[in-house]
Amino acid sequence: MTSSSLSSSFTVTVNGEPQLLDLDNRTTLLDALREHLDLTGAKKGCDHGQCGACTVLLDGRRVNSCLVLAVATQGHSITTIEGLGTAERLHPIQQAFIDHDGLQCGYCTPGQICSAVGALDEADRGWPSAATADVGAEKITLDDSEIRERMSGNLCRCGAYVNILAAINAVSP
Amino acid sequence: MTSTPTKVPAAPSDTASLRGRIGDSPLRPDGTLKVQGEFAFGSDLWADEMIWGVTLRSPHVHARIVSIDVGPALATSGVYAVLTAEDVPGGNVGLEHADQPVLATGVVRYHGEPVALVAADHPEIARQAAKKIRVVYEELPAVTDGRRALEPDAPQVHGSGNLLRHLKIRRGDPDPVAPLVVSLDFEVGMQDQAFLGPESGLAVPDDAGGIDLYVATQWLHADQRQICQALGLPPEKVRLTLAGVGGAFGGREDLSIHVHACLLALRTGKPIKMVYNREESFFGHVHRHPASLRYEFGAGHDGLLHYAKAELLFDGGAYASSTAAVVGNGGTLGLGPYNIPNVQVDSYGVYTNNPPCGAMRGFGCVQAAFAHEALMDELADRLAMSRVAIRQLNGMREGDRNITGQLIDSAAPVAELLQLVQDMPLPAERLSEDEFDLLSLPGGVSNTTHGEGVVRGIGYAVTYKNVGFSEGFDDYSTARVRLEITADEPTVTVHTAAAEVGQGLITVEQQICRTELGVQRVVVHPRDTQVGSAGSTSASRQTYVTGGAVKAACEAVRAKVLERASTMLDIEPSELVLDGARIVSITGAVVASLQDVLGTDAVDETVKWSHRPTYPVDPETGQGDAHVQYAFSAHRAVVDVDTELGLVKVVALDTAQDVGKAINPDAVVGQIQGGSAQGMGLALMEEIIVTGGRVLNPSFTDYLIPTILDMPPMRIKVLEYADPHAPYGVRGVGEPPTISSGPAVAAAIRQATGKALRRVPIRPEHITEG
Repeated sequence: MTSSSLSSSFTVTVNGEPQLLDLDNRTTLLDALREHLDLTGAKKGCDHGQCGACTVLLDGRRVNSCLVLAVATQGHSITTIEGLGTAERLHPIQQAFIDHDGLQCGYCTPGQICSAVGALDEADRGWPSAATADVGAEKITLDDSEIRERMSGNLCRCGAYVNILAAINAVSP
Repeated sequence: MTSTPTKVPAAPSDTASLRGRIGDSPLRPDGTLKVQGEFAFGSDLWADEMIWGVTLRSPHVHARIVSIDVGPALATSGVYAVLTAEDVPGGNVGLEHADQPVLATGVVRYHGEPVALVAADHPEIARQAAKKIRVVYEELPAVTDGRRALEPDAPQVHGSGNLLRHLKIRRGDPDPVAPLVVSLDFEVGMQDQAFLGPESGLAVPDDAGGIDLYVATQWLHADQRQICQALGLPPEKVRLTLAGVGGAFGGREDLSIHVHACLLALRTGKPIKMVYNREESFFGHVHRHPASLRYEFGAGHDGLLHYAKAELLFDGGAYASSTAAVVGNGGTLGLGPYNIPNVQVDSYGVYTNNPPCGAMRGFGCVQAAFAHEALMDELADRLAMSRVAIRQLNGMREGDRNITGQLIDSAAPVAELLQLVQDMPLPAERLSEDEFDLLSLPGGVSNTTHGEGVVRGIGYAVTYKNVGFSEGFDDYSTARVRLEITADEPTVTVHTAAAEVGQGLITVEQQICRTELGVQRVVVHPRDTQVGSAGSTSASRQTYVTGGAVKAACEAVRAKVLERASTMLDIEPSELVLDGARIVSITGAVVASLQDVLGTDAVDETVKWSHRPTYPVDPETGQGDAHVQYAFSAHRAVVDVDTELGLVKVVALDTAQDVGKAINPDAVVGQIQGGSAQGMGLALMEEIIVTGGRVLNPSFTDYLIPTILDMPPMRIKVLEYADPHAPYGVRGVGEPPTISSGPAVAAAIRQATGKALRRVPIRPEHITEG
């Protein structure tokens, strides 16, 4: 990392590609993606970590990208909605959101989908949530109450929650 | 036509294999882009040389602007322009009344009113520069209470009286009496649309003094009209294209960034992008009117309503927006879907120095429903009748007249809807204290109690809502439909200016074209002002009105095609049928292919379509045919309430609704789910807290909207009683669920707690106090 007092130059892997960025240190990961890497899939719904529309995966874990400084991701790997699948081969969660109509306006959708991908992975690794009955289990099966709990950081104002639940259920093992 | 018809073998109907006609639920054409993050919302737009615009807003509720010094802001490196009211060439704007300056002119009338604009090469530089604009204010006395606003000595918001509209409805006996009288006062807080995609757009100047604006909105042509007024430009110089809309719910019916971005673009000659942050979004659009309601119902011992008296006061805030129409809805519909022979309603809209209020899903009916439904429960309890039965007894039926004397001339299944929700299975009883899952308690994972004080309640509510614009408004839509052969395949292009905001209208347009023209491939043209107005995406009207326009345009295209075929084949058009890619005679023989008839030509028809007219109501009696169609829904809510902590969990929220005809059944259910969530939100948690005119909670930390944890399972029953006056029999869908869900939740909490609860949202302290 080369640095001035105000900015830093660093490399981060985004959707599998290394990216060299030279950014003001105050730049959030969300702004870095949207304004500097032309990845506008992650949305700025509140910029305060309240709505979840900016959710991306940082080394596979869910983060609100508006609450992460871009410089802090140096050497890490980011997956955004654009990196999850292709038009010809959507990620199963993407396909499930289409099949179950888990969206209306679609603004929260990239965040919902990244969040769901992260949640499924967390459950697969046995990470409990507040809704987990057996916190010692090696793997956790996501029932409705687990999905609701784990997806409660992603607001959907259109109220497509019933279908979001159905979409994630369809992919959850 | 010179080509010779080819022989086409007879075959089963070409359209039998069509997928995605009306009544099907085809996937959204924008769904794939949306799940990939590739769909371009207003906030995602970008142009070469683009710079950023920001707004400076008033910190005061009511103040005179003594002076504005833009010098220090303009001197900031990276700043291209700083504009104030002096830089606005044209007049005021407003959806119904042009009473709002584009930038505050001499006076600010609410906290957050736009005062100045800055354009800079980075949004943060623009924001910093905006802070350097020196505005000297002299605070003025403010009026921030709706009732106070009507007192003769109240501060004047516009200097012409604070009364925006008073609608009187008088029907039957002016001095009615009844054996049983119930009354109540009810207060409804200020709800926000809280769409997740903040206001955003991109204004691109051309080199001839004109502008192209790409903006997330609900009504392109109303925007265009107002922008032209403000800029002093003709419509051909102000061209709008719909950018991706991140939710709307009424909050994008008024202007936000529109004129501001255009002013900055015309001044700087550069494309201007404006995107509000969440805090600014709370100041940047109108809200649902807070309302103060006084109701009295008189009934016989048999439960039949004899009379109703109601006073509804809607606080319109500092500018009119659509307050007059909200007052109209509150007055004409505000007694609910009941037969009431003697009626006195006074519905008021007032100016105050509170934030401006206007359209939000349910539009004037939402507030009133809390009052009339609470009163129906009260009446049932006083008579020891079932709360469902008393509504069924008084419920409207087809052929009845409502309180403005209008004939209900299509289905009005009030009693049936209530019966349907009452008959749905109830959720399982709560288990005993040592058996149940703590997570299932109100408060959920907080494990705050072991359920000692938790009680369950059930509540019912029913509503009716007008569909489309009312009271004589010239409510129409325009559709252009083009049929041609591209790559050997018949292709339809449908072009309307109707805003797709997530409700699925573009899917519906495709379905209608497939159904009418028998063509699988339907391309949806981007929404812009190059075609005539489609009216607003509001009032649950687009499937009805733009759907009607698309259907009519398809019929015009079909007639043209058959005319051409007739000339070519020398067969009367009435003896020909367009069947997908073929022209068939009435005997069923295939007589030509569409390719033969069209060749390389396209048939292209534009149709302006209106629903039946509505009429202004009589100014003294409020009588008249104000509305074109009514939509009915009923909800049953089941809640668990922790009476010690004041926490509420909605356990089930079940509903039945008549939609006339479900063009897209999946989308209908989606609208019902989403609308119900927003109504539940108002009952339980959603309120913009305004104190002395100041907004205290402009964030998603302090303004709560339902999460997936708050939203219970829903049983939904959809009825399809076709409205014979509407295309395909459709009835508007989007709003009724937002109206009847909240009062059902409130009723369930009242039933659980025994408390009166005459205000929404119902907060924990309302449940625990006293």
